[in-house]
Amino acid sequence: MKILVTVKRVEDWESKIKVRPDQSWIITEGVNYRANPFDEIGVEEALRLRDANAPSEVVVVSIGPAAAGAEIRSGLAMGADRGILVKHDGFLDSDAVARILVKIVEKEKPDLVVMGKQAVDVDDNVCGQLLAEYLGYGQVTFASKKESLESPEEKGKKAGLKLSADKKSLQCAREVDGGLEVLEVSLPAIVTVDLRLNVPRYASLPNIMKAKKKTIEELLPAALGVDIAPKVKVVKVEPPPLRTAGIKVPDVAALVKKLHEEAKVV
Amino acid sequence: MGTILLVAEQAAGHLKKATLQALGAAQKIGGTIEAVLIGAGAGTSAQELATYVSKVHVVEGAGFEHALAETHSAAAAAAAKACNATEVVIAATAYGKDIAPRIAAKLGAGVASDVLAVVSPSQFKRAMWAGNAIAIVEITTAVKVVSVRATEFAVAQKAASLGTVQPFAVQAPVAKTRFVEFNEVKSTRPELTEASAVVSGGRGTKGDFKPIEQLADVLNAAVGASRAVVDAGWQPNDMQVGQTGKVVAPKLYIAAGISGAIQHLAGMKGAKTIVAINKDADAPIFQVADYGLVADLFKALPELSEEIKKVKG
Ligand SMILES: Cc1cc2nc3c(=O)[nH]c(=O)nc-3n(C[C@H](O)[C@H](O)[C@H](O)COP(=O)(O)OP(=O)(O)OC[C@H]3O[C@@H](n4cnc5c(N)ncnc54)[C@H](O)[C@@H]3O)c2cc1C
Ligand SMILES: Nc1ncnc2c1ncn2[C@@H]1O[C@H](COP(=O)(O)O)[C@@H](O)[C@H]1O
Repeated sequence: MKILVTVKRVEDWESKIKVRPDQSWIITEGVNYRANPFDEIGVEEALRLRDANAPSEVVVVSIGPAAAGAEIRSGLAMGADRGILVKHDGFLDSDAVARILVKIVEKEKPDLVVMGKQAVDVDDNVCGQLLAEYLGYGQVTFASKKESLESPEEKGKKAGLKLSADKKSLQCAREVDGGLEVLEVSLPAIVTVDLRLNVPRYASLPNIMKAKKKTIEELLPAALGVDIAPKVKVVKVEPPPLRTAGIKVPDVAALVKKLHEEAKVV
Repeated sequence: MGTILLVAEQAAGHLKKATLQALGAAQKIGGTIEAVLIGAGAGTSAQELATYVSKVHVVEGAGFEHALAETHSAAAAAAAKACNATEVVIAATAYGKDIAPRIAAKLGAGVASDVLAVVSPSQFKRAMWAGNAIAIVEITTAVKVVSVRATEFAVAQKAASLGTVQPFAVQAPVAKTRFVEFNEVKSTRPELTEASAVVSGGRGTKGDFKPIEQLADVLNAAVGASRAVVDAGWQPNDMQVGQTGKVVAPKLYIAAGISGAIQHLAGMKGAKTIVAINKDADAPIFQVADYGLVADLFKALPELSEEIKKVKG
């Protein structure tokens, strides 16, 4: 089985993000970068599927600047087999990313593409669905599992995506409003993962060393024949409305008095 | 100005409130609004929807029973073409997020997701970086698809006259996905995104939600949770509030035993009044709380329930 996993280089979610004074973008100086957290979960899931279904291969794909090689490398250090970097500097909208991925899928012909539910920089939550539609594939978005992240299933590193015996389809739970829905999808398919699917592994030192020898193929959008003009462009970014701290109340009685008399919410 | 197609959402004949808020957003864009309702029960909820819009297209029958992205996006896109829609609007619920991009791809449209405000018919505000920045994005394509953060918009006004309800004939494509089962989280409480009060618990509860639920009962509130709680399996995923969970904007939000990570704040900063109860006086949640109480939640919440009962009489 061949599994393609997408990994986006994004601002570290623990970094402080501030809007630039000219409102053209955010301040990137001094900000750390790392793999989108959802994509790390995607890599983990792909590795679990691969290891339970040998022989299989996991290919990590990223679209971004040369520096995004580092995020591919971290996927390889987790255990993925090889990488593809589609080099592009500057902003790409999620639609252009999806259309680049179409070309990669046509080239690699994976049985499954595992993506994050959303990239925590743009917070779009559209790329996987777009790719599925462009390819005419079925999709399972917001893949999750019934068991918690502290359950024996998770401790045993079981894949949440359950491959059928004939390996032609898979079943998976997904997070929807009001509960968990289970879908079955024929392969090839697109799965976008939610946070509660698994706990991604750390790369061990020997695996970090091994990853250095794994290959990363480099491509360019133009060579793939993709027009990257955005369908959705960012005109400007503004700081969010500020919410300032109120007061501290000494006890419950004082709190209720405030809620009743001042805020009038009880 | 072209037609706007509202892709409405319903479950078993009940129209979702988020749809009426998405309609509120569509009214801000301006133009003739038609709606499409897809799936089992669509015909029933169409009557209610017709009190808001001029025309409701109903898609029911084989292939559309379950809300599969492939079939529902196909019906919505076909309806958009049939009414020459220049804008397609849908609430950014789990359903809306699942199908909006597929509708866009079918229409060659750009899609702006989870929009907070309508700047113009082609420009929209949306949150990025967990709400650390608000972007104004422009959709450059002729047809535009927009999913709407419902809590940012008021429920639409009813129309002066009743709209027409008509079946919309469309063949469901052969889907590559199949519905297996739905594990519903049964609750008698108000829905998280619709409640006027929300009481949320974090890791500080250590999994014991009884004091949270008691207070929620007194306030007729929904119960929410931080990601830490959901990850631990203490509460269902459906209750997660935040950047990657639900966004709520109640009149009153009470956070107990929640530290206030930016990813959590992204889901509740829009609340009118925020109360934080945390035993750590330096917890970041206090930076956004209108009223902060430094206390052990296991002591404070039962007291709070009792005191509120008293003022409510
Ligand atoms: C990509 C990504 C997306 C995320 N999305 C979300 C999201 O949507 N929603 C979300 O919530 N989080 C999200 N997170 C996680 C977030 O970063 C935090 O880890 C999480 O919100 C912490 O939950 P918590 O506040 O319950 O736990 P903690 O941070 O552990 O805080 C527990 C708090 O409880 C207090 N406490 C302990 N005991 C008591 C007591 N007896 N009485 C009173 N107070 C007590 C402590 O002082 C502490 O402040 C996301 C993270 C990532 C990386
Ligand atoms: N530039 C990129 N490179 C690799 N993967 C990406 C890129 N942009 C988006 N993705 C994938 O698409 C998912 C959803 O992103 P989005 O729809 O942009 O929020 C992410 O979690 C990634 O897996």
